[in-house]
Amino acid sequence: MAVVTRGHGEPLAQSPTGLESLDVRKLGMWAFLGSECVFFGALIASYFVYRPLILAGDPKPHEVLGINFTALLAFILLISSLTMVLALNAIQHDRRRAGAYWLLATAVLGTTFLGGQAYEFTKLAQEGVTLSSGIFGQCFLVLTGFHGTHVFLGVIWLLACFARAMRGGFNSGNYIGAEIAGLYWHFVDIVWVAIFTLIYLIP
Amino acid sequence: MAAQVAVPVPQQEASPLELRREWYGWQWLATVDHKKIGIMYIAASLAFFLIGGFEALLVRTQLISPLNTFLHPDLYNQVFTMHATTMIFLGVMPMSVGVGNYVVPLMIGAADMAYPRLNAFSFWLFFFGGIFLNLSFVMGGAPNTGWFAYAPLTERPFNPGTGPDFWLLGLQLLGIASIAGAVNFIVTILKMRAPGMTFMRLPLFTWVTLITSFLIIFAFPSITIALILLMFDRLAGTSFFLPSGGGDPLLWQHLFWFFGHPEVYIMILPAMGIVSEVLPVFSRKPIFGYSFIAYSSVAIGFLGFTVWAHHMFVTGLGEIANGAFATGSFLIGVPTGVKIFNWIGTLWGGSLRFRTPLLFACGFIANFIIGGISGITLASPPVDFQQTDTYYVVAHIHYVLFGGSIFGLFAGLYYWWPKMFGRFLNEGLGKAHFWLQMVGFNLTFFPMHWLGTEGMPRRIYTYFPNQGFELWNLVATLGSYLLGISILIFVVNAFLSARRPAEVVPDNPWEAATLEWSTTSPPPAHNFDAVPVVYSRYPLWEDRDPEGAHGATAPRTNVDAVSHPADDVAATGEGEQGAHQGGAAHAFHLPNPTIFPVILAFGLVLIAFALLFAPPVLKITFLVSGLVYGVVSVYGWVRQVSD
Ligand SMILES: [Cu+2]
Repeated sequence: MAVVTRGHGEPLAQSPTGLESLDVRKLGMWAFLGSECVFFGALIASYFVYRPLILAGDPKPHEVLGINFTALLAFILLISSLTMVLALNAIQHDRRRAGAYWLLATAVLGTTFLGGQAYEFTKLAQEGVTLSSGIFGQCFLVLTGFHGTHVFLGVIWLLACFARAMRGGFNSGNYIGAEIAGLYWHFVDIVWVAIFTLIYLIP
Repeated sequence: MAAQVAVPVPQQEASPLELRREWYGWQWLATVDHKKIGIMYIAASLAFFLIGGFEALLVRTQLISPLNTFLHPDLYNQVFTMHATTMIFLGVMPMSVGVGNYVVPLMIGAADMAYPRLNAFSFWLFFFGGIFLNLSFVMGGAPNTGWFAYAPLTERPFNPGTGPDFWLLGLQLLGIASIAGAVNFIVTILKMRAPGMTFMRLPLFTWVTLITSFLIIFAFPSITIALILLMFDRLAGTSFFLPSGGGDPLLWQHLFWFFGHPEVYIMILPAMGIVSEVLPVFSRKPIFGYSFIAYSSVAIGFLGFTVWAHHMFVTGLGEIANGAFATGSFLIGVPTGVKIFNWIGTLWGGSLRFRTPLLFACGFIANFIIGGISGITLASPPVDFQQTDTYYVVAHIHYVLFGGSIFGLFAGLYYWWPKMFGRFLNEGLGKAHFWLQMVGFNLTFFPMHWLGTEGMPRRIYTYFPNQGFELWNLVATLGSYLLGISILIFVVNAFLSARRPAEVVPDNPWEAATLEWSTTSPPPAHNFDAVPVVYSRYPLWEDRDPEGAHGATAPRTNVDAVSHPADDVAATGEGEQGAHQGGAAHAFHLPNPTIFPVILAFGLVLIAFALLFAPPVLKITFLVSGLVYGVVSVYGWVRQVSD
């Protein structure tokens, strides 16, 4: 009788031609992120299709968008990428506690970003910019909301990683789960840099 | 359907971790075995294919004579929309995925897909999504805007019913299933190949499955975004595609066709791969121009993303844009055309065995040539101006998708059936099926070229007498009935094969060359008792035709090496019989059966219903229960993975 074991691991991965170094789950995450690029690409392209109309409409984006405030949010998100790197680094060096707390810090920064975005959305609503208020509102809210949903899912994922790290679920030999969450988290941050540049900064 | 077709699979999976065996359905509901999931994909897609075919017969019956009143115009709109949606998303695509699911891990010498649970999730989400779409018929009206659902016809002011809501929600579910499945295939093919299986030794069906998967992950996001924007338009009062609110209906067309054109290759490439497997086996010689077929498929995949606007020539993009998109479309004809010569070159001088799989493969080539030529004519803007939205286009897509994809898929079903179920389909019935389908198909769709050039518009529920449309519509309808009969013959054949007493199908009944034929028919749960080692492109032909098995770089050529690897690879010295009977010391990583993928898929469908329903009580009930199912299943899933 053949020995049957469970889970994913080395015996299944027998690639002979390169790619040995790439973990199965990590490769899957890369493929998924490739797909995500088109998701955000299509949304951002749609925003730019409507951009002439948005700039001709009322209110204009630069009148209602708090650029300084959003710059702070972007900064917070970038810092959270740093804490994510620190978390992974700590985990890889078997500093489990530190790893867990850096993960928690990343999740908290993500939550702060979400809070800031919620604040911005309510402020916009007070100024009359809603989903149904016109072309600017719908384009802006759907794009940033789609990104915010990604941040939200990322925060939940990070909290799950935190819980696992507290139980000692990661160590220098087993950190791929945290690394994949980190990949996703960095991607979401980079997308925000793109959105911030394209939507907020370009006049 | 699943349970009935499944009958032939013998109860040989004696995994010590089998969860429970009391209830037969549990083996299917909770399975993570790529073979069972593949069979469920094929069974479900065949069931949907029958529904879509029935809808086609309704359409053809309505068009049998001028001013016919068989279908009410409104129902006609629903039926032709659901026919196309069903055939594309619930028939051809999942059938390719199903065949790929079953065959690809075997072909590359793997024990399963890279993510077995995600694989189960993809299947169940597709299955529930298909049921969700079809429930629309009895829940307030089916989608009625054609399969590309042009805005603003899909917008609430013009279409207040629930049809478009079902369509946009159902397709989002199917899109998630497709992307998850494609990621799985990519990782499986890139990471799980047996030792020695380099890219240039990869079976061509695996090659095209890899390319198709890349097309899916890059094309489906585009339509998903379009669907999300449309969902906001219909459910949240935005006006992304509603001109009255500043929206741009043309944006829908761009987003849709950026997906829609690669989608055509998503449907045809797997069939091309199947044909590239079947032809060498039944010609008894290697494929002609292996690397051209592989690389040209990559080229087609790339070019496929650059030509979407050839579906939009008449929207007034301007001459430069039209010219550019026309040029790209013509270019695709080159790698596609040379493939035809590859296939003919494979047949040329071969010692042909005209069994049913080869018949269907030849039918594929013949029909696809016609569909390819009409495609080239449509790539020319002036011709397209004349033919767009006529039956000429209907003829073209059916020559490509039915004459091409469906014929190719049937070739694959007849070819791999003995491997899947351990018994053959009846050869006589198979030949009857082929010839009737070939005649019926051409009788149905060839006259549509003439109807189209004479100006008969598509998607119109009737036509007047004395316009010159009567004869060919009658012929097409009669042909479609023949088609219906031919498919019934296949269904009968499938059931008969399940009822016949078990026969002993040898490992390699067709004398094929690829790894799936080196294990038993059907294979054990873990596929191979020892990890196969690959020394050439045609592992099972090495002893027979060392000259033909080019790609062989290793010094030794020995067919036994496949099922019984060299000592330096596996530490077991199993004898000829021993390996198949088990006893190898090789460790197989197979996950437990799990119910969580089904539950998660079910939860997502409940959330889709929540978005659909207007009454707040229903909305909240479905949303909450959907979320509960989702959270519980994700939690359980994660626990299982990290255990
Ligand atoms: Cu096209």
